[in-house]
Amino acid sequence: MKDNVSIRGAAHTDRIHDSATKHVTGAADYTDDIVEPVGTLHAYLGVSDVAHATIRSLDLDAVRAAPGVVGVLTAADIPGHNDISPTGQNDEPVFPTDKIQFHGQPLFAVIAETRDAARRAAELVKVDCEVLPHALDPIAAQDAGYPHVTAPLKLERGAVDPAFAKATNRIKGRMEVGGQDHMYLEGHIAFAIPGEDDDVVVHCSTQHPSEAQHMVAHVLGVPSNAVTVNVRRMGGGFGGKESQMNLFCVVAAMAAKKWGRAVKIRPDRDQDMTATGKRHDFVIDYDVAFDDAGRIEAVDGTFAARCGYTSDLSGPVTDRALFHADNAYFYPNVRLVSHPMKTNTVSNTAFRGFGGPQGVIAAERIIEEIAFATGQDPLDVRKANFYGGKGRDLTPYHQAVEDNILDRLVGELEDSADYRARRKAILDFNATSRVLKKGIALTPVKFGISFTATWYNQAGALVHVYNDGSIHLNHGGTEMGQGLNTKVAQVVAEAFQVDISRIKITKTTTEKVPNTSATAASSGTDLNGMAALNAVEQIKARLVDFAAEKWNVAPDAVQFEPNQVHIGDEVLTFDAFIKQAYMARVQLSAAGFYKTPKIHWDRASGKGRPFYYYAYGAACSEVTIDTLTGEYRVDRTDILHDVGRSLNPVLDKGQVEGAFIQGMGWLTTEELWWDDAGRLRTHAPSTYKIPLASDRPREFNVKLADWSENRELTIKRSKAVGEPPFMLGISVFEALSMAVASVADYRNCPRLDAPATPERVLMAVERLKAAG
Amino acid sequence: MTYRSHIHFLLNGQPVTVADVAADQTLLDFLRLNRRLTGTKEGCAEGDCGACTVLVGRLADDGLTYEPVNACIRFLASLDGCHVVTIEHVSGPDGRLHPVQQAMVDHHGSQCGFCTPGFVMSLYALWMETPEPTETQVETALQGNLCRCTGYAPIIRAAVAVSRYGTPSADHLNTEREAVIAQLRDLQDGQRVVTGPADNQAILPADVDDLAEVLADHPKATIVAGATDVGLWVTKFLRPIGPAVFIGHLTGMKTVRRDGDALIIGATATYTECQDAIAEIFPHLTPYWDRIAGWQVRNMGTVGGNIANGSPIGDTPPVLIALGAEVTLRHGSDRRTMALQDFFIDYGKQDRKPGEFVESIRVPCPAPGQRDAAYKISKRRDEDISSVAVGISVTLTDNVITGARIAFGGMAATPKRAAAAEAALLGQAWGEAAFDAAAAALPQDFQPLTDWRASSEYRMLSAQNLLRRFFLDHDDAARAPVQLATA
Repeated sequence: MKDNVSIRGAAHTDRIHDSATKHVTGAADYTDDIVEPVGTLHAYLGVSDVAHATIRSLDLDAVRAAPGVVGVLTAADIPGHNDISPTGQNDEPVFPTDKIQFHGQPLFAVIAETRDAARRAAELVKVDCEVLPHALDPIAAQDAGYPHVTAPLKLERGAVDPAFAKATNRIKGRMEVGGQDHMYLEGHIAFAIPGEDDDVVVHCSTQHPSEAQHMVAHVLGVPSNAVTVNVRRMGGGFGGKESQMNLFCVVAAMAAKKWGRAVKIRPDRDQDMTATGKRHDFVIDYDVAFDDAGRIEAVDGTFAARCGYTSDLSGPVTDRALFHADNAYFYPNVRLVSHPMKTNTVSNTAFRGFGGPQGVIAAERIIEEIAFATGQDPLDVRKANFYGGKGRDLTPYHQAVEDNILDRLVGELEDSADYRARRKAILDFNATSRVLKKGIALTPVKFGISFTATWYNQAGALVHVYNDGSIHLNHGGTEMGQGLNTKVAQVVAEAFQVDISRIKITKTTTEKVPNTSATAASSGTDLNGMAALNAVEQIKARLVDFAAEKWNVAPDAVQFEPNQVHIGDEVLTFDAFIKQAYMARVQLSAAGFYKTPKIHWDRASGKGRPFYYYAYGAACSEVTIDTLTGEYRVDRTDILHDVGRSLNPVLDKGQVEGAFIQGMGWLTTEELWWDDAGRLRTHAPSTYKIPLASDRPREFNVKLADWSENRELTIKRSKAVGEPPFMLGISVFEALSMAVASVADYRNCPRLDAPATPERVLMAVERLKAAG
Repeated sequence: MTYRSHIHFLLNGQPVTVADVAADQTLLDFLRLNRRLTGTKEGCAEGDCGACTVLVGRLADDGLTYEPVNACIRFLASLDGCHVVTIEHVSGPDGRLHPVQQAMVDHHGSQCGFCTPGFVMSLYALWMETPEPTETQVETALQGNLCRCTGYAPIIRAAVAVSRYGTPSADHLNTEREAVIAQLRDLQDGQRVVTGPADNQAILPADVDDLAEVLADHPKATIVAGATDVGLWVTKFLRPIGPAVFIGHLTGMKTVRRDGDALIIGATATYTECQDAIAEIFPHLTPYWDRIAGWQVRNMGTVGGNIANGSPIGDTPPVLIALGAEVTLRHGSDRRTMALQDFFIDYGKQDRKPGEFVESIRVPCPAPGQRDAAYKISKRRDEDISSVAVGISVTLTDNVITGARIAFGGMAATPKRAAAAEAALLGQAWGEAAFDAAAAALPQDFQPLTDWRASSEYRMLSAQNLLRRFFLDHDDAARAPVQLATA
């Protein structure tokens, strides 16, 4: 029996980010803001200026002699293993010993009294090497006979070759999809403080403290228990700080141990962008068979990726591209193959969506091809191919789609965005407008939630209730702006029925929760929320036992009510109750744990249930292009997105809005451009253009599907939100494609690669005009 | 002559004196490393992300103006006599959140929070200037601030709501304004400042005549106006710039005035300071002006610097050349004036002798019958460097083209006129055929290069099409808009 008083910060309510006030006052501390101990040194990386070469020698004399320099670290100085491969493939050295494999590859570190001195000294190296030919993109790599960096994946279902043999219609095509830099506003940084024995504490900006801990131990040659990694918050991560922080952590830790002084390393923006990995570029070849109504009969797709010089996370990234090459559509017969190509570029890594977006955009291109070929509204082709019930529910990896809500979700968006009438108006506009042309597209997303590395789907939490009734919450997830700490605190507040202000959210540290997984794959709240809840339930169970015994009531007569506890006829404030429990020697601390049920995956056979559930969404975007210059504007975007039963609707909406803009940036203005020497030339915001406020759709309507509830027993029936809405940006790309197609009366699906910069749009227009 | 060897300014309301200021010492490093004011962040160190935005208040004819600038590329020496306001000084003395801060919190305008102090500073400046902005005004004010998390929507919502949280008249920067003006006036001692180590000296001349003298003595000195390019020489390329002569504070070269049938722009007038005169005399340049960098850079960067720097992709040279601008250079007390187009000799080479400096630019007002346009193409609409920029001035007499000045940026090693395209237009009747002919002649004028901003092919095609756009834009028969709306 509850009265109408409720706690502040309950689950399923809007709640500001727990650090919002500190953000706006500049009081939120990031790693570079931590007070430095006396004598702190600064490290900087010296890098290669060729893309591929055999190293003869490094002449570091001038570096060592430079003003302020304390010393240098090379591969020879590594006390343990010269390896930071996050997947145990032993293919990624901290510093290379024999070969340079990309332009800008870190070769050594210089340690100096100031960061400025270290930066200047790092430029003084003389590298004696024999330059070798290089391959920068996946096609050049295939042509040069480069290997896969990791084992490719094949997903196959149905009778593919016979289906193509009797195809009603068939289209083959190729699409190139560019990569993307994370452009988190806070770049990489690590700050190591040496301790006694083998100990070292590393403050850094990583999404994966446990991996950083293990890597530091591995490289130093000490047990993991000597290394502590702390993360209070990141200034953005987006996947770029999942494995890429390892390098900076090990360099800072090595230097700190070697010189016995605190050491900080912070690359400048240019080095951050050239020396750390990005989203994988893909070249996608597709072959589709379909009937006259536009229903897909078979799909054959090959996904070649620019992985860079090592595997890093390219295996699971390219796997996830295949897992999402169906997007929302049932392929009766399907074969999908990945080619994770080694290239002489920085090793690509995780980025929001983790390969999924590159798979989804392939599916959407296939749909567009069919729509142009059959002369239909692409939305009708999409709907005709959505996963259906029995017989049309199996994915290429043999998991049944059981929770599909796209029919309702897309239908609602189609109505609320007035899609049909606007499409008609746009066709009319294009018929008479000479220079400006419009396009509209409504695209769905279905995104699988869980790490495909099944063992990653576990989490821990540590909850203390102090005897004054205040609560200390710690979990293995990291805060990078997504509001994870706020949402987990809401779960704890709800479970204890106390105001959220009572809960202190603390930094993530490997000392409190061990063996954590990366805060990635959108799983932060799903995993850590459950682990925290498990810890709270343990404490609550002890409290209920205590109360039932002391007050001599049945356990169900003990009720946690807003900021108080009801025991039989008696009511105590939460504080008073906790004080009594403490005096009665009840353990008020618990370590919680969670592992995701139901999932399993057999990569060799390409079968299993890699995903616990799917998150869904759809976006409708309208654009105008200038056919003289290729410039464009996004006139309007409407979004309806599924986050299950939201733990915090306003934070989830923020994730949806931000992910959409980031996805739009990936497909429009964000272009990675390498010169012939293999040097990345778009390596800072002056040359690499992420969206600005003025790039937002002129009208932007974002709604959560508030009727949705996770069918699975996730934390409070919510769904993951970090990555899925990123792919809503594809609606902008397909709308641009329609506007381009208008110049040839929609007879052809434009050959438009991503990112669709003004240049690519204009050239696609010109190609269609030239083809008549 | 006597000179001062330290700089003095106000930092968050408190007087600060710094001796031995090196030429290349940045404001951001001073704040973070020397003063441990860590709320101001480094995101890019090139003036493109805005995470380091602070306000700089300086005395001008009309009192004290606070402008958002990039602390990362602002040299500390240039702050002499100014009031620097950082995020730590935004909340009132009582510690309550400022209206801009409260609006940001209530509208969920921060996620990771790293860009947030910079956004707060830009929105603070906007609110003081325009308490109830339109969304377009907010977007223009935020061209120099990147956010990677929110997608900007909640920040815009906060920005348009700020006025509900408080009025600028009650803000402490306004209530303390007279006191700060008095303090800053006290700091103005009319002395030349010479500070920093011998090999890395910063020199702030007392006035324009003193500048001429300083440059005569240091002909190879780096002249720093807004530092929006020189700042990057230091932060990106670690280039020594000493001795550096700072001129941004010289009010004697800030004059923007109409002189008969021309606009005179003093060399140290910032883009922002030119804005009103540009809007009045050259209205076609207003949307173009709004796309020069971001607000912070427009508050620092100068037209004189944009010219003297000699970049082939500077925003102002093409459009000023098309208008027939002239530049006046000064050496000691000698002055010479030349057509702006003649100032640019080759890549990295301008007609400026050691010790000489750009003093002013003269831009003739449009004559009757003159049709002007300025177009810029860039990968991203705002705060981007042009792939192609063009100024076009065409004079019609009885529907016949009797004058044509077309100058492109991004198409050659210097900002350059399109002689063949101009010739193709002259004497032709106003019509699409004339502009098609001009477009066809353009490859005789330019062989643009391919780089990360655009391919040679795209540069040429879009440049040709901009000539066609000019016709459609100015043709009386045109009914439908041929350009994307600016707002």
